[in-house]
Amino acid sequence: MDLIAQIFSTKILSQIFVGLSRTTILFIVSSGLSLILGVLRIPNVAHGSLYMIGAFTAYTTSMVFGGGNTGFWMSLIIAPLFVALISLIAERGLFQYLYEREHLMLLLLTFAFSLVFGDLVKMVWGAEYKSVPVPPMFQGYVYLIGGLPFPLYNFFLLIIGPIVAIVLWLIVNKTKIGKIARAAAVDREMVDAVGINVSWVFAYVFIIGCLLAGLGGALVAPTVSVTLGMDHTLIMEAFLIVIMGGLGNIWGALLGALIFGLAQSLGILIWPQFGIVFPYAAVIFVLLLRPTGLLKSTW
Amino acid sequence: MEKVFSRKKAIIWGFIGLIILFIFPLFLPRFYVYLISIILLTGLLATSLNIVLGYGGIFQFHHAVFYGAGAYATALMIIKSGLTPWLGFLVGPLVSVLLSLIMGIICIRLSKLYFGMLQISLGSLVWIIVYRWYSFTGGDDGIHGVPLPDIISSPTSAYYFTLVITLISIFIMYKIIKSPFGSALQGIRDNPVRSEMIGINVKRHQLLALIIAGFFAGIAGSLFVVVDNTVFPDMLFWTLSLEILIMCLLGGWFSFLGPMLGAAIIILLRTFVSTFTSYWTLVLGILMMFVIFFLPNGVLGYIEEKLSKKS
Repeated sequence: MDLIAQIFSTKILSQIFVGLSRTTILFIVSSGLSLILGVLRIPNVAHGSLYMIGAFTAYTTSMVFGGGNTGFWMSLIIAPLFVALISLIAERGLFQYLYEREHLMLLLLTFAFSLVFGDLVKMVWGAEYKSVPVPPMFQGYVYLIGGLPFPLYNFFLLIIGPIVAIVLWLIVNKTKIGKIARAAAVDREMVDAVGINVSWVFAYVFIIGCLLAGLGGALVAPTVSVTLGMDHTLIMEAFLIVIMGGLGNIWGALLGALIFGLAQSLGILIWPQFGIVFPYAAVIFVLLLRPTGLLKSTW
Repeated sequence: MEKVFSRKKAIIWGFIGLIILFIFPLFLPRFYVYLISIILLTGLLATSLNIVLGYGGIFQFHHAVFYGAGAYATALMIIKSGLTPWLGFLVGPLVSVLLSLIMGIICIRLSKLYFGMLQISLGSLVWIIVYRWYSFTGGDDGIHGVPLPDIISSPTSAYYFTLVITLISIFIMYKIIKSPFGSALQGIRDNPVRSEMIGINVKRHQLLALIIAGFFAGIAGSLFVVVDNTVFPDMLFWTLSLEILIMCLLGGWFSFLGPMLGAAIIILLRTFVSTFTSYWTLVLGILMMFVIFFLPNGVLGYIEEKLSKKS
């Protein structure tokens, strides 16, 4: 026990755990992005905005339910569903007519959405900082190896991450929708030809992906100040994670999020002022060695 | 363009346009002179992006980083070196060229979306360094009040300086597009495999196009220092890059002057809309959706289409 404590001085250990809980959020958001990118081939810039909407919805929900445990659990349900509803409208209303167009057009359309969403959030919730209380049942600390205090809520995040990964894996690999979606990602025309309505499968995948963005937003809300502009940095990070992991690969997103989260939290220890440089440098390093990402891409 | 207008007509219209541009400051208030200067240099920026995007078919997602790097290099050179300010205008574009060379060599091995994403990643790295390096770049405050040579320090002279440099740059870019190199670049865009087959070195052509685009983006950055006297980190942020992409799309990226027109429309609209609502980006987003659905070739592309149908 002493030895471990010596090797991992408490500071490094606590940073690792901070990095891991950050990884959870990054993974949940970027896995949704990766799913959409892999199956629908949409580089969804609006994903960050949906994450932001998820966080703001979580704020409103927890206010309505009084900030207690109920409010928290309700926000975990309502925020993703609300975001899913928005994405359903966007997909059926606009995106479905553009699948045959160039990636660049799709990218710009999603950027247009992110501009619109950004201002709508400003209209509805205002430009002030919002803070969501940590639910009472997750207040306090757990003690890690060497008696290190670690916020209970972050510990909760560490449990949620793997659960989401497994559920997502089951959806993609074991359900019919997932199988059709994977087939459509490889050859859409062939799937169309055997009489499956690909259009709706795409809609389901899009909604699931966006739901994950909303879930990420709801989960992150108690740990940060919810504010306008929280989408800009996150969407960048999520894109880099997806690229680093391999487009459309969920385990790639997990691996990418892990590298990104740890590089971020440990980088701050090494060089406080420029700690944020390390994850970006990691992405560049990975892409130089493996230009198409760490794991196999579905493209 | 040549097919629609006769050459003579085009020259006459261009001449009238030039005269109007040159006499603007005589009767327009100061604010509009400033605004037109901004339109000119942003149009130059968008046109330089269009060399690689529209003519080269390269997914240059983070063009703003070369613009910002040029502006920062100019401003820092003027402030920190103590040498003649004119040197700054030389250093700005050179730094952009160097940056686009380095980023180009790293990114060029990848294609399409991967290229764009790696470029965004590298560009974000540059942005973070500028954003965090308070002692050198001024961090998120940027740098204000860059001292300029007396000849170009008044708004009117800054306007003329911007106008002349922009016109020269646009002319050079036009010549580049019409040169054999430009034709080869468009060939690569339409069919990279076939271009490789007939002996064109695809990667080298693309890299050269990236450097040219970076150079003119750097010039646009230097001009911004002249017109506005400031630099700030948002000039290298990726949202600006997407805004420039929107300008290209709106104006029409298969027309040479399309991006210029797009820049003019967006900047005028922003100035106009911002006077009575703070929700400018909402308007921009909705406008974008309309353009994507109904004007996929942009405003200029649409006009050209209509005109060629008529004749």
